[in-house]
Amino acid sequence: MDTYYHPHDLGKFADMGKSNTELWDKFMAYYGAVFAEGALTAREKALIALGVSHAVQCPYCIDAYTQASLEQGSNIQEMTEAVHVACAIRGGASLVHGVQMRNVAEKLSM
Amino acid sequence: MGQTLIARRAPLASSRSQLEVLARPGPWPRFEERVAAAGLVPLTASGIEIFQINVGKFCNQTCRHCHVDAGPERTEQMTRETAEHCIRALAQTDIPTLDITGGAPELNPSFRWLVQEARALGRHVMDRCNLSILLVKPQEELAEFLAEQRVEIVASLPYFRPTQADAQRGEGIFDKSITALRKLNALGYGVEGSGLTLNLVHNPVGAFLPPAQQSIEAQFKRELARSHGIVFNNLYTITNMPISRFLEFLLDSGNFEGYMERLANAFNPAAAQAVMCRNTISVGWDGTLYDCDFNQMLELPVTNGLPRHVRDFDASTLNGRRIVTANHCYGCTAGAGSSCGGAVA
Ligand code: SF4
Ligand code: SF4
Repeated sequence: MDTYYHPHDLGKFADMGKSNTELWDKFMAYYGAVFAEGALTAREKALIALGVSHAVQCPYCIDAYTQASLEQGSNIQEMTEAVHVACAIRGGASLVHGVQMRNVAEKLSM
Repeated sequence: MGQTLIARRAPLASSRSQLEVLARPGPWPRFEERVAAAGLVPLTASGIEIFQINVGKFCNQTCRHCHVDAGPERTEQMTRETAEHCIRALAQTDIPTLDITGGAPELNPSFRWLVQEARALGRHVMDRCNLSILLVKPQEELAEFLAEQRVEIVASLPYFRPTQADAQRGEGIFDKSITALRKLNALGYGVEGSGLTLNLVHNPVGAFLPPAQQSIEAQFKRELARSHGIVFNNLYTITNMPISRFLEFLLDSGNFEGYMERLANAFNPAAAQAVMCRNTISVGWDGTLYDCDFNQMLELPVTNGLPRHVRDFDASTLNGRRIVTANHCYGCTAGAGSSCGGAVA
């Protein structure tokens, strides 16, 4: 193994069902239900998934949900905005913890 | 926009080399094997509902994905004599629809004659229009002619934003398309109650499958109305076929294998049963008969000893014919399927 990530490994995702079919089937049934048209459209869900993929920095998910977003009719401008949403929340989450830093610093300082 | 494959003397200009690429082994079965594995019998025609004529490869545009390899430098054009054979064939039958395509079909000198003759026979006529042609001199009154003849317009507009549309169809084509659509709307095309049908065609701008037809139609309706005040009847989604200039793009961009795999993995037996070749006959610019416009471009005419020229047209022998298939057919059977009338399943 020369690298941890291989694009073709995405196609082997279903191998995860080999050693525990029951849990895999439950997960896939849930996964399918989550992404079906609901109160949110399949297109909107693919865009959310694309943003989350960047937040969790999963290359498989980025690959899959870039393609899925295009196949749902989204465009590169919308997809870029979804990535910025992930970025803003990640960045904001770091920054808002600055309040904790300030609280601690305040307590310790004269 | 680039030139045609022929003008660039690209190897893929020949249908033989396209078929060789399509026959390359990959992690997908041959189309015929996939059909058999789904328990379906080999594709056969069930009758002819649509008589489609490709009147030539001459076009004012040179879109990157064009499966015809059409462009301004192409000279192949159907002659009046062949057009007369087509009308004679149509008159012998009760095939309800004449579908005229190209190139830009309106640039063929016999285009208006074909429309008028077919309308006089009481047939429904469809014009596969690239929109920009409606603004090209001396075609300015073309839209009025189409409206007068009650011709259904099926117009290509890959996306409702200029960046994507122009990337596929050429710089400035989106703006021209919008101007042409406004003109058509002003004549009543796409306007409820007018009886003048304006359908749009969306195909992906890249190596991926089209979205669900209903959902992208809703997006197009909302966006075109909001940004441009444009209305239309239906949106058809069409999958890009892995042939001709789109095949060149797939190979050059390293997407060929991935795209073929995507199409084959998305094989849908319901779509395979509803492919358009089952109710269509396609006539080439030189009168040769094919199962569809894609087979026409791959130079795969009807087979099994059937008459191959429109002058010998005989609907009774063509009904029930075995369809000629190859791996490009995966483009018609992926997901919700794809045809000249959009999704099929
Ligand atoms: S896709 Fe249509 S408009 Fe574009 S070059 Fe081909 S025939 Fe012409
Ligand atoms: S490419 Fe032509 S022959 Fe093949 S399935 Fe599609 S319509 Fe039929």
